[in-house]
Amino acid sequence: MVDLRTPLGSEVLDLHAGDLVALSGRIYTARDEAHLRMLEEGIPFNPHGAAVYHCGPIVEGTRIVAAGPTTSARMNRLTEFLLDAGVRALIGKGGMSPEVVEQLRGRGVYLAFTGGCAALAAARMRYAGIYFEDLGMAEAIWAFELDRLPLTVGIDAHGGDLFGEVLARARMKCQGLW
Amino acid sequence: MMHDPADPRLLEAIASATEQALFTAETRLPEDVKEVISRARARETNPVALREFGTIWENMMIAERARVPLCQDTGVPVLYITIPPDIPLTEGLYKALAEGVRRATYNVPLRPNVVDPLTRKNRGDNVGNGMPAVHVRPGDHLRITVLPKGAGAENTSRIVMLLPSEKEKIPEVVAETVCLAGGRPCPPVVLGVGIGGTFDLAAALAKEALLLPIDSMDPYEQHICDRVNILGIGPMGLGGDTTALAVKVQQADCHTASLPVAVNVQCWAHRRATVEVEIPW
Repeated sequence: MVDLRTPLGSEVLDLHAGDLVALSGRIYTARDEAHLRMLEEGIPFNPHGAAVYHCGPIVEGTRIVAAGPTTSARMNRLTEFLLDAGVRALIGKGGMSPEVVEQLRGRGVYLAFTGGCAALAAARMRYAGIYFEDLGMAEAIWAFELDRLPLTVGIDAHGGDLFGEVLARARMKCQGLW
Repeated sequence: MMHDPADPRLLEAIASATEQALFTAETRLPEDVKEVISRARARETNPVALREFGTIWENMMIAERARVPLCQDTGVPVLYITIPPDIPLTEGLYKALAEGVRRATYNVPLRPNVVDPLTRKNRGDNVGNGMPAVHVRPGDHLRITVLPKGAGAENTSRIVMLLPSEKEKIPEVVAETVCLAGGRPCPPVVLGVGIGGTFDLAAALAKEALLLPIDSMDPYEQHICDRVNILGIGPMGLGGDTTALAVKVQQADCHTASLPVAVNVQCWAHRRATVEVEIPW
């Protein structure tokens, strides 16, 4: 188990797909609408070494009720500008496209958090701010302070993609079954 | 004797039972679901998958203890109602069910997920045109079963109109659905399979199959489940021995020239709960 803390630096380049990590420090949530807004208006937080979490949480006031990951693939075509700006880690579920795997090369990693585990995530986070609040609860950018969130390196900075490997094997088996 | 359909005590009891069922479903997995997750975890040999199962289990415990939703995608409300002969099926009954959903949205709380399909406008209370989805059957008691359905899994569901000569292809259709879905539906999944009926009935059967207890499978369901698990997609698509926790099949007779097959994909957080309404007289 590797302990990571934001802001992230070149230590993420040493990780390999399949490694188990625990992430602490500040992260920022962003879904479809937040990505589109950032593309238009700029990134409202310091992106250097930042971690962006694909998540639309349930928050009551400043109490985080549930904050599990959403499907990252929806952000496939909306991600490159974040990496260009210095973002080092994307967090979500389900993995991302071969294009994003290439964009991460030499720059950053994709960390998988277990889908559906929103209560556990909320228990390891506290509220640290909000941007683009007018987008609504699910689509706003929330700043959360993490305490050792258990994550798996899904895509590393060397082109290693655990999701891609698993799916390629599954497809071969699917064709071979009949 | 028929009861007064507009009796406010009855409508209040229905709203309250709906809210209670949603609270239970969102915060606490049913025992049969916990059982199959526990069995799958005990069988797992892949270290990444074991870590995923550990996280899933811990999340379940935290949600139960803190009485908070397991997952932030609290789904859209799908309700199955049985009504006894002395309770008339009225517009008021539907309104009471919607009121229960509205209250659960504020009180559990649930994420407001229901939007207009084209304008994407969100009213904020999970109630709208056709929502909650309500399915009514006659029964001995007034019972409300809720199956809140998240989008990740629902979006990977599929319907295929096979030829009557292609019944051997049914397990293939199911496995192919799971293969196309990969990690998106939050595996290990539960698969509801509807066989027969018509285009629409097959889909309804597939969803109803998810209401059946999943801690036992008949030989046909087990056969399909084994086929799916050969894929090795594992928890969250990160690889592992269990891709499907269970397969449940429901069937209906169909046209001699048709063989509709629907697969309703459900995430590991297979949330459902039933509450019997206390008739207030």
